[in-house]
Amino acid sequence: MSLLSNYLAIYFTYFVGLVCAILPLPTMLNAFRPDWMILIIFYWVLALPHRVSIGHAFILGIVFDLLLGSTLGMHALLFSLLAYIVITNYQLFRYFTLVQTTLLVGLFSLLSKLALYWMASSLQDIILHTSYFWSVFSSMLIWPWFFLFLRFIRLRFKVA
Amino acid sequence: MVVFSVFLFVADSKFNLFASSRIYLNSLVSPVQYVADLPEKLFSGISASVMTRHELKVRNQQLQKDNLYLKADRLLLSQLENENKQLRELLSSNRTFTNKRMITEVMSLRSDPFSHQLLIDKGAVNGVYVGQPVINEDGVVGQVSQVGSTTSRVILIVDVSHGIPVRVQRNDLIAVLHGSGDWNKLNVPFVQSNADLQEGDLLVTSGLGGRFPAGYPVAKISHFDYQEGAAYADVSATPVAPLHRSRYLLLLWNENQYNESDLSLDLLTTSASLAAVSADNAKTSPDSADTPETTEKVEPLESKNVIIE
Repeated sequence: MSLLSNYLAIYFTYFVGLVCAILPLPTMLNAFRPDWMILIIFYWVLALPHRVSIGHAFILGIVFDLLLGSTLGMHALLFSLLAYIVITNYQLFRYFTLVQTTLLVGLFSLLSKLALYWMASSLQDIILHTSYFWSVFSSMLIWPWFFLFLRFIRLRFKVA
Repeated sequence: MVVFSVFLFVADSKFNLFASSRIYLNSLVSPVQYVADLPEKLFSGISASVMTRHELKVRNQQLQKDNLYLKADRLLLSQLENENKQLRELLSSNRTFTNKRMITEVMSLRSDPFSHQLLIDKGAVNGVYVGQPVINEDGVVGQVSQVGSTTSRVILIVDVSHGIPVRVQRNDLIAVLHGSGDWNKLNVPFVQSNADLQEGDLLVTSGLGGRFPAGYPVAKISHFDYQEGAAYADVSATPVAPLHRSRYLLLLWNENQYNESDLSLDLLTTSASLAAVSADNAKTSPDSADTPETTEKVEPLESKNVIIE
């Protein structure tokens, strides 16, 4: 029972993250939408590397691809890679201060944006707007609060 | 896992393996989309319910007036429709106008950063099909690119991978409109520098691709310029429909307007029209990787009048 409730809390944050990621926003604000999925996967893999694995990230990526209508596997590949990097280095990342992890989140976000751009441009000709990269900064801005909030949830619901 | 996702990526992009299963997969995730759509529905519901009585009265009057005008126009329309039919019978070229259409609501706009698309709340259960034209009250918006059981995705005319065959309303010059990736700009490539085009010319669908019914307004020429010695003029256009501000759209059922006789007529006109057809057909799937090649095939448009029927 406790195992189920553990997973329920995690799945619920996944669901909320997916909704936030596709919530309709005005075109002006849309560019500043943080990469919620990257934040969520980064947090849970960092906190519970034995529970939240690459498989979770992969399935989330597939669902996200379907929601966005992008080519299947684009985000799945990206999120699995992210989870892999974090799982292999989580002992190191856990000793980082909040400022350092914020910079790390910015780096991950930027790399994922570049990788997405690269994958999409290999399929079709696309036009890059500078506003595409603004969400890197909003992700970094939101990360400390998001981290503290998710930690509160993890302790409150005793997810271990 | 990584190998598997690379496999998925390649399978979906190159071989389009999941075209049929996407309907089910899309309907699997549609609950999330409905939840994401809830706040906006709630807000519009609240703002609709807090209108004052006076506002409603004014609006009602305005709508009644509009309705009267539209009905008066419609009287004439049926008359013109009959006349048009008779004339067409005289010319023995029959074209049927489609009447089936459906109002749909926009659920979300542009979620994928690399493409201009929107999500609508009608799907396969309503009879929506891939390639279906979508318009609003001002003009063409785009076409359906993916269908789920209760939702589907519309690719807008400004998307980079979208092309639409058009004709200038003033002088029947034909061209292909390409999306530019900007919200209010469309490119008109391969127009000869001596073509008779002006800023402000209205471009309407020519119906040559067989996908869009003919005669719907698409865009206005916003910029026409040419360099001395260049083969093609530098032309761009602005869509007439407010693409990112419309809440309700109209789906059209295009009952294969161009049957064999019409197509053979098109073949006689110009080679450019043929290229337009192939460009339109190839451009409709956003995942197809061969779009650059098809644009190359579009030959220079002759500035002669093309009579479409």
